[in-house]
Amino acid sequence: MAATSGLATIPVAASGTNWRRIGVAVAIAAALVLPWLVSDYRVFQFTLAGSYAVALLGLNLLTGYNGQISLGHGAFFAIGGYTAAILMHRLGVPYYLTILPAGAAAFIVGVLFGLPALRLENLYLALVTLSMAVATPQFLKYFDHWTGGSQGIVLRKPAAPTWLPIGNDKWLYYQMLVVLLIVFWAGSNLLAGRTGRALVALRDHPISATVMGINPVFYKTCAFGVSAMFTGIAGAMAAIATGFVAPDSFNVFLSISFLVGSVVGGIATVAGAVFGGFFIQFIPNLANDISDAAPWAIYGLFLLAFMYAMPTGIAGFIRTMAVRYAPKFRTAVGEQPTSQPGSHS
Amino acid sequence: MSAAVAQYVERHAPRAAAASAALLDVDGVTVRFGGIIALDGVSFTVGEGQIVGLIGPNGAGKTTAFNAISRLYRPSAGRITFDGTSLLDLPASAIAALGIGRSFQNLALFRSMSVLDNVIVGGHARGTSGFISDALRLPSARGEEATLRARAHAMLGFVGLDALAHRPITSLPFGTQKRVELARALASRPKLLLLDEPAGGLNHEEVAELGSLVRRVRDELGITVLLVEHHMSFVMGISDKVVALEFGRVIAEGTPAEVQADDKVISAYLGKAR
Ligand SMILES: Nc1ncnc2c1ncn2[C@@H]1O[C@H](COP(=O)(O)OP(=O)(O)OP(=O)(O)O)[C@@H](O)[C@H]1O
Ligand SMILES: [Mg+2]
Repeated sequence: MAATSGLATIPVAASGTNWRRIGVAVAIAAALVLPWLVSDYRVFQFTLAGSYAVALLGLNLLTGYNGQISLGHGAFFAIGGYTAAILMHRLGVPYYLTILPAGAAAFIVGVLFGLPALRLENLYLALVTLSMAVATPQFLKYFDHWTGGSQGIVLRKPAAPTWLPIGNDKWLYYQMLVVLLIVFWAGSNLLAGRTGRALVALRDHPISATVMGINPVFYKTCAFGVSAMFTGIAGAMAAIATGFVAPDSFNVFLSISFLVGSVVGGIATVAGAVFGGFFIQFIPNLANDISDAAPWAIYGLFLLAFMYAMPTGIAGFIRTMAVRYAPKFRTAVGEQPTSQPGSHS
Repeated sequence: MSAAVAQYVERHAPRAAAASAALLDVDGVTVRFGGIIALDGVSFTVGEGQIVGLIGPNGAGKTTAFNAISRLYRPSAGRITFDGTSLLDLPASAIAALGIGRSFQNLALFRSMSVLDNVIVGGHARGTSGFISDALRLPSARGEEATLRARAHAMLGFVGLDALAHRPITSLPFGTQKRVELARALASRPKLLLLDEPAGGLNHEEVAELGSLVRRVRDELGITVLLVEHHMSFVMGISDKVVALEFGRVIAEGTPAEVQADDKVISAYLGKAR
């Protein structure tokens, strides 16, 4: 038809997924060799960064893909962490069996929270979730019979089996890497399929999505639940890795860090959760190394620099570069050379 | 039988008989917004296999009628029956699965998605995969995904846009986006298609092409069409029946020739003719 005659049609190569596969394979290979290149303390830090990445995938699913802002995901991280800690410490459950219950507990709380959240517009939802983050430490202290009050719970760190010639930190790192890969595999499947499109459709145009047959109540509530579940799993991973949970580590700043990490990494991207996890784990340390006196000022500068240089997040930046410099990638994603990706809100 | 008699018979035939033949039966529907009565006891039917035009001056209530059928607006009185099912008992998200697809007067596409993904979302109601089967990529979810994708490509091909499948939706001009909306509505395999001003933003030649496209929707896909359009020659050219609204009331209903000749319709459009 005449309306299309002015538009150049772009040949579609099937290699978009190939590029992505190569990226994932390289990342997994790097993650596998990493522990042998750095100190054990760094290995521990990377384990924590991995747990943050899982938490951010959860937050991205809700805030990035579904458009529901949460300033309270630290609470789900706490629920996961404490569920794991209580199961291990009080009930003697082996650490690897605590991850799923931690996810389940966070899922249930997430759904219960998601139901009333349906009625809230964006800014109000941000405030209500923020109130959840604010209340978390005191809530944990209040139930001190289970949570150990402000002392928290000290856990025994899992040791590597004697027949394995690797240190405890590497052992834990690899186990948590497996958890991370499973969650990311499931999460990216979810987001690439019918469910993920429904979440994005509800974010982009709720009325139109409803007319397409997408039930907003069901999807938004489940998005809250699944998001909380991922973040709860992440909380359990972090608790196991640290061997310690205490109320004050689940403060408001943790929740805000999650939102920061997810935006810096690249909101509404899967890879962005990994980059954001690194940011949350390493930038505060780096800021501390640069200036003992004013680490938060340095942190703020980093944040500004990242957002200035990469307004669509690290993942968005990489995509822009790929589109600009790799012609095959460009045709694969069907992008015009001049257009700017990441234009969604 | 003269035209006048035929018209008389159609108007005064027992309602039950009309309802049994109609795919869509809008009966006495009233929609209010505060003090404004947007629809005031509107009744009309759309027979299976028909192309029905819904016309009327700006603000007559045409889009409101679509929104009432889509369950986006809640009528304060009346009934809407589709294929034997009363729509007013259902939530808006259940309408697509019954077999009603629609486009919007002002575009309502998913702006962050590609053309293809927009159309695939249109098929949502024909899918069943959920959070768990999608997350685990169960064979059922993968099979369904392939079906939805194939259907979306087919419908983009049907409207002549498959070459643009992987383009970001926002990179297309208005008229082309309207056609993507048509493809998206078709992706749900509807029995009834509601088109709100499909010719908006199109030039003369494109309007003619749209006319044959809408006919093909009915003839090749077997879909009944109810369409709102200001473009008079377009509506009159393709409709089997035309319903005219003014100030929320039906002022005429009949063949295009009858409605065009109707005094009330002529005076409603006087000074507003396009
Ligand atoms: N959501 C709403 N809230 C308040 N008033 C509304 C709403 N939707 C429609 N109306 C009013 O209802 C009346 C009918 O509007 P409607 O959009 O149905 O007209 P229309 O026939 O589609 O007109 P047009 O040809 O301009 O699209 C108008 O007076 C309009 O202002
Ligand atoms: Mg209208």
